[in-house]
Amino acid sequence: MTDLHELESGGHTHAHAFDSRAVRKEIWRITIFLSILTIVELVLGFTMMNWPEESTKRHLVKGIILILMFWKAYYIIGFFMHLKHEIRNMIMVIGLPATLFVWFVIAFVSDGNSFKNLREKYDPYKIELSHLPMPVKEEGDKTHEIKPAQEKPTTPQQQ
Amino acid sequence: MSVAVREPKRSSWAGGYSPFKVEYGKLMMWFFLLSDSFTFGALLISYLTTRFATMGWPDPNKVFNKYPLGGESNSPLVFVSIMTFILIISSVTMVLAVQSGKEMNKKAVMKYLLLTIIGGLLFLSCQAWEWTHLYREGAWWGRNPFPNFDGSLSSPNFTNFFFTITGFHGFHVFSGVIINIVMLIMTACNTFEKRGHYLMIEKAGLYWHFVDLVWVFVFTLFYLV
Repeated sequence: MTDLHELESGGHTHAHAFDSRAVRKEIWRITIFLSILTIVELVLGFTMMNWPEESTKRHLVKGIILILMFWKAYYIIGFFMHLKHEIRNMIMVIGLPATLFVWFVIAFVSDGNSFKNLREKYDPYKIELSHLPMPVKEEGDKTHEIKPAQEKPTTPQQQ
Repeated sequence: MSVAVREPKRSSWAGGYSPFKVEYGKLMMWFFLLSDSFTFGALLISYLTTRFATMGWPDPNKVFNKYPLGGESNSPLVFVSIMTFILIISSVTMVLAVQSGKEMNKKAVMKYLLLTIIGGLLFLSCQAWEWTHLYREGAWWGRNPFPNFDGSLSSPNFTNFFFTITGFHGFHVFSGVIINIVMLIMTACNTFEKRGHYLMIEKAGLYWHFVDLVWVFVFTLFYLV
């Protein structure tokens, strides 16, 4: 039964049902795109390295890096994992559940942010803790017995 | 008497072929990867939530600034970019293995699978070095020797999330390497030649690309921003 064979493989067994040269060309094209995106990310990372934390331009660059991250993810899922070339139903079956991430990220990150804002306003202990200097580790010190909050045994870890 | 025979339009779900035009195993691999992406998503999002809820966070450029045989030099982002490129290249060799499988080219499949395995092992070695280095610096679960950006007291959340998430990812790389070794042995034993297709390589490939995909997120969220 040839039909059964087709069923098992989803009809993808034909060795010459595609243009091998075109496929390879696409693979290398995507490889180059991924490498360029990674290099751009690294360049941005080096650029913002010495900018003050919490500055607007640093947040802006971080935003750009996050966009590049999703762009790379799109290339990997779409082309390396071949999802872009599957039929529409298949793309939807994977893509629609994945949209849950939109809620997942926004809900939890904003929750964390609001938690921080509340602490900054109403939690004098956390505010004081955030100004405590960290005991500096001596250069070349090979021990790993450093504990960040060792001065007070009752101190809960800073959240 | 003639009876009008209505031929109903054949539905995609009427049986006889795959409605998604993929084989069963590949569809199930996709579903597994979807669930796995939510596992990784939960880990990464809890990391982001904690980071957003915390006043001050260590500077990744001061934490990850060494590479093997680099001595005491301060070189942020260097080692992790090497790791990233190793994983991208191993992903490319995996696509080429899948493509060679479609062309029924056993020799090429074996060559590219072997290169992918080497890439995976290289990545794991890099990660082992980095973990050892951080451990020597005093970092581990529950121990964080790195101060915040402003030099204030940091929380061990940073190292907890780092070791948990890169560890979970490293475990995925490790299982991917094992799967690829199994694929290599099966190819060498002509299993796929006898079966008439190399679709199993495609499923292993999906898993391997997923590992690369997760690294894109881990790399950006831990080392860059």
